[in-house]
Amino acid sequence: MDDKPLTKYIRTDQVPMDIKEYEHSGGYEALRKILKTMQPKDVMDAVKDSGLRGRGGAGFPTGMKWSFVPMGDNAPHPKYLVANGDEMEPGTFKDRLLLESAPHQLIEGMIISAYAIQADIAYVFIRGEYTLAAKIIQASLAEAYQAGYLGKNILGSGFSLEMYVHTSIGRYMCGEETGLLNALEGKRANPRAKPPFPQSSGLFGKPTIVNNIETLSNIPHIMNNGGEWFKKLSLTGEGGTKLYGASGKVKKPGLWELPLGVTLRELLEEHAGGMKDGFKLKGLLPGGASTDFLTEEHLDVNMDFTNVGKAGSRLGTGTIIVMDDKTCPVGFVHNLEAFFAQESCGWCTPCREGLPWVQRILNAIEEGNGEMRDLDILSYHTKYLGPGNTFCALAPGAMEPLQSGLKYFREDFERHIKEKRCPWRS
Amino acid sequence: MLTEEEKHEIEEEFKLYPYKSAAAIEALKVVQKHRRWVSDESIKDIAQLLGITPDELDSVATFYNLIYRKPVGRNVIHICNSVSCWVMGYESVLKHLIDHLGITYGQTSSDGRFTLLPVQCLGTCDHAPALMINGDLYRDLTPDIINSILEKYQ
Ligand SMILES: Cc1cc2nc3c(=O)[nH]c(=O)nc-3n(C[C@H](O)[C@H](O)[C@H](O)COP(=O)(O)O)c2cc1C
Ligand code: SF4
Repeated sequence: MDDKPLTKYIRTDQVPMDIKEYEHSGGYEALRKILKTMQPKDVMDAVKDSGLRGRGGAGFPTGMKWSFVPMGDNAPHPKYLVANGDEMEPGTFKDRLLLESAPHQLIEGMIISAYAIQADIAYVFIRGEYTLAAKIIQASLAEAYQAGYLGKNILGSGFSLEMYVHTSIGRYMCGEETGLLNALEGKRANPRAKPPFPQSSGLFGKPTIVNNIETLSNIPHIMNNGGEWFKKLSLTGEGGTKLYGASGKVKKPGLWELPLGVTLRELLEEHAGGMKDGFKLKGLLPGGASTDFLTEEHLDVNMDFTNVGKAGSRLGTGTIIVMDDKTCPVGFVHNLEAFFAQESCGWCTPCREGLPWVQRILNAIEEGNGEMRDLDILSYHTKYLGPGNTFCALAPGAMEPLQSGLKYFREDFERHIKEKRCPWRS
Repeated sequence: MLTEEEKHEIEEEFKLYPYKSAAAIEALKVVQKHRRWVSDESIKDIAQLLGITPDELDSVATFYNLIYRKPVGRNVIHICNSVSCWVMGYESVLKHLIDHLGITYGQTSSDGRFTLLPVQCLGTCDHAPALMINGDLYRDLTPDIINSILEKYQ
């Protein structure tokens, strides 16, 4: 059986299959099967059994998330399903591939997921910069409607679903679950207070599930091959494969579908080809901008949710950003914090005021104007912008590379301050 | 004043939402598509159509990075300034653009041909540095190939 389900339908030239080719390769069979033989609850249970955890960064168990949606005759309608294709986490480029090169896999996954929670309307939420992805999904949706996989009474099952594309207009907060819902309602993408959780009161106040593109793309394969198969795909039992990526000064930057739980070493040395000649590994972010640094000593860590957590970071999006020895760690963290400061939505004070402060301090240190006590101010921020002190996870995420940067590269910060210059700049 | 075409396109969007103001983002996109940017006057006109106040709509318009509240040139360059592009040296590409076009972030060249803006991670980090012109993506950039790319946009 396929050991690389997510990329199974992706041709080497990455041009997406049209619906006929997708069907010839086994596409939409999972949908046909479940509509004929399974109740929504069976689908939900199968996803639970597979152990699938969300690929959007937080790793929440997908089946469990779905189980909070009110079901049955008294459930409020319309219910919504949203595929989160905002992908603005710096260093992350995995959902782009699935959107551009396997559109029908996503659409089939969404229809099955919508059936499981009995959703009436589904949105594919795509960031505005992904113009090609939006075009491809739009065209594939038209094909799916034409073939009767979408619309009223799908394949005679009695289940109906409308699916739309929403292209966004640029803001990191649109990727945050509840910020996304506000954006879909035509508002600023500020987050919402929870509870109520979106599963019971989400888009337009109705039950809503938001899942990542990669999460949803797994669903048809789980339906075809079962939960046991899915679990066995992974090396460490967490279930499935993962789109891993690497960027930075490695020999072969890229994206690969690998068993969930490969070691960082295999990822970096085999798939990414190791560091470019003349460059050494200094540190890396394992899963996008908002994850803690790992270093050489962590290369044998298995890249799954549990083990990266134990190593003091997060799997996040699974796309690693490599920092080499010729890149200044202060400049690197400064670049990240400038991003977070700009993308802070301004809703809560610690983040709105704290992130620009952090950015300015880092800039001062980088420019040779830092003082030793600045390091204490930075540490202070990593606590007070940490989990539990802000309205959403943007600020705590922003603090992850800062706190671990201060831990692993403290000497480099101090050198900037003592020498009153950036040692990496001539 | 909104044109009939703009009004019609916005009203088409209303069908997809339970109430009109939910189409605010779509409406801003429609107007920007036709006029390249969204003026104060357009904000008033769209707000009226949506049944909300101009201030409410402006709070949405100014929140998002890809809605322009100032006039832009015929072509908009978005250069990625996020971490992978930074590591891979986007700054030399930026410097080339600034020198070549004589404009910096937020400015439009005097012939109205280009506006230069930064953009957050374009999601193509294995091909950094990257930039986008009018929605077309260019990757694996070096300063020496920039001019031939710009040639395509008059
Ligand atoms: C600031 C911020 C940005 C986020 N951006 C994205 C994103 O672009 N795509 C995504 O799938 N999840 C993103 N998330 C995570 C979502 O809030 C949510 O957890 C996820 O979409 C749920 O899908 P999953 O359960 O399938 O992982 C973001 C979270 C935060 C705090
Ligand atoms: S933590 Fe930042 S992004 Fe999140 S609500 Fe507060 S201000 Fe907005």
